[in-house]
Amino acid sequence: MILLRILIRNAFRNRLRTGLTILGITIAILAFGLLRTVVSAWYAGVAASSATRLVTRNAVSLIFPLPLAYKDKIRQVDGVSHVSWGNWFGGIYISEKNFFANFCVDPRSYLALYPEYILSDRDRKAFLSDRKGFIAGRKLADRFGWKPGDTVTLKGVIFPGNWDFVLRGVYRGRDRTIDETQFLFQWDYLNETVRQRYPSRADQVGFYMIGVASPERAADVAGSIDRLFKNSLAETLTETEKAFQLGFIAMTEAIVMAIQLVSIVIIVIIMAVVANTMAMTTRERIGDYAILKTLGFGGRQIALLIFGEALVITGIGAAIGMALTYPAARAFGSTLSNFFPVFNVARETLWLDLGAALVVAVAAAVIPTQRAIGIRIADGLRRIG
Amino acid sequence: MTTEAPAPIIDVQGVSKSYRRGELVVPVLHDITFTIAPGEFLSLMGPSGSGKSTLLNLVAGIDHVDGGRIIVEGVDITRLTETELARWRANSVGFIFQFYNLIPVLTALENVELPLHLSGLSRRARREHALTALDLVGLSHRLDHFPGQLSGGEQQRVAIARAVVTDPTVLVADEPTGDLDRVSAGEVLDMMARLNRELGKTIVMVTHDPRAAARAHLKRHLDKGVLSADDPSENPD
Repeated sequence: MILLRILIRNAFRNRLRTGLTILGITIAILAFGLLRTVVSAWYAGVAASSATRLVTRNAVSLIFPLPLAYKDKIRQVDGVSHVSWGNWFGGIYISEKNFFANFCVDPRSYLALYPEYILSDRDRKAFLSDRKGFIAGRKLADRFGWKPGDTVTLKGVIFPGNWDFVLRGVYRGRDRTIDETQFLFQWDYLNETVRQRYPSRADQVGFYMIGVASPERAADVAGSIDRLFKNSLAETLTETEKAFQLGFIAMTEAIVMAIQLVSIVIIVIIMAVVANTMAMTTRERIGDYAILKTLGFGGRQIALLIFGEALVITGIGAAIGMALTYPAARAFGSTLSNFFPVFNVARETLWLDLGAALVVAVAAAVIPTQRAIGIRIADGLRRIG
Repeated sequence: MTTEAPAPIIDVQGVSKSYRRGELVVPVLHDITFTIAPGEFLSLMGPSGSGKSTLLNLVAGIDHVDGGRIIVEGVDITRLTETELARWRANSVGFIFQFYNLIPVLTALENVELPLHLSGLSRRARREHALTALDLVGLSHRLDHFPGQLSGGEQQRVAIARAVVTDPTVLVADEPTGDLDRVSAGEVLDMMARLNRELGKTIVMVTHDPRAAARAHLKRHLDKGVLSADDPSENPD
């Protein structure tokens, strides 16, 4: 108890130094938390993937289409429970800076495959019954102030021309990991229009989304589908939704690595700052530690004082940093919602914050503790006065 | 019929000590032998660098001998491990230093209570002992003051209270009046004399100050690591 009192009072003996160290830790933990959240946001699609969904695309590249006729053959593969399909539309709303993901999908089968998109029965019915209807995620609708019944025009790039859609429903995610910034419209609308304008591009899909009965069968089913179309004009590559999403991330792996590296560098820098603080405080308190040793206190108690002080300072900085991560992430996420549709501070990030703070405190206290314990009492006492 | 002398409380036999400064070995104490009887008040004098503080540190168990033995109350402290020595210091020795050596972040009461945290006493007993010790040195009205809020004399009195609170048999004092004005120094020496006279504490005091040394029963001089012979006639009181 007395040691706890000493270490807490010691921690605030030099208020300016302690305050600045706490500020440094706060900023470091905040930066670390935000960078980890950026990494989590990068992997949001992976995190939201289902183990019972497969994606089938053209084996050559995602930009090459697959025939619509594959859907009936895929449906017959043992273990397949659902088949849906769609295309990346890539339309622009007013200007390019208003970027958001927009797909055309087969609505009935797609919504069956994605129960995490919560849509009211009324909205669902309205969407399914309107060929030009679309549904938007809550965040997307809020961003542009769209209300059901509003007409929204997208300028097609892959499918040139102006495309009018009517908002028929707003979905929300089942939980915070679900992307609420998507724009989904009916594949039939695209296909019918394409048939009129560019007949050779009709009845082509960009990808198939496939539901499997159980996750254990995913690999077998994927193999069976790809074998089915082996040596055809459009060979397929089927993989789990997670692997598909990871494939996208692999394209930007260097950026993710750089962010992760910077987050580690931040922790190393703050470790040096705290270590410097602890080295200075220990040097100043060598006399106190010598007195304690003279009175009969042992190395363990001295270690407790130094490690405790480091933990108190780091803990306060980390707690403030973690508390600030939430509003900072909200502000960051709303500013960059075009790039990061899901930007939530994950629980793992907080555990990482805590772990980093603990590592910093312990690492910073090791050498000062060794010095304080190792010094001869007579030498320590000589530093007083 | 002869009266048998009491067994010494401190028995220093052939102690030597040297320090290493880089390649150089500097001898500090040579073959020091002396004894101190229970209840004795000894002052150790000598010029700077004569080794008196080193000798005091050895007797108090905060430094290690190179050769020889030091037996305190029948315990050969030169054979104790670091942990045993720490425990022995906590139970058997009270320390008074020139610069008081109080913990600056603890109040007077907490500083005096500090050594009792190693004694296994209850919180209430610790508090009672510390209050008694502070009362003994006349500082009952300064319990919640931090060292920085006390005068030098008051700080040294807190240090004396801390030294006696565990009721040790031996008190060691290293220049206890070295940082005090004449009045405060007189008060501190009065207090030490009282502890010796009324509570029977054995005191070993290192000092430069002849007035402080005059309060001891026995003076010894240390010069170039060699201890002079006893001169008990100087302070027969």
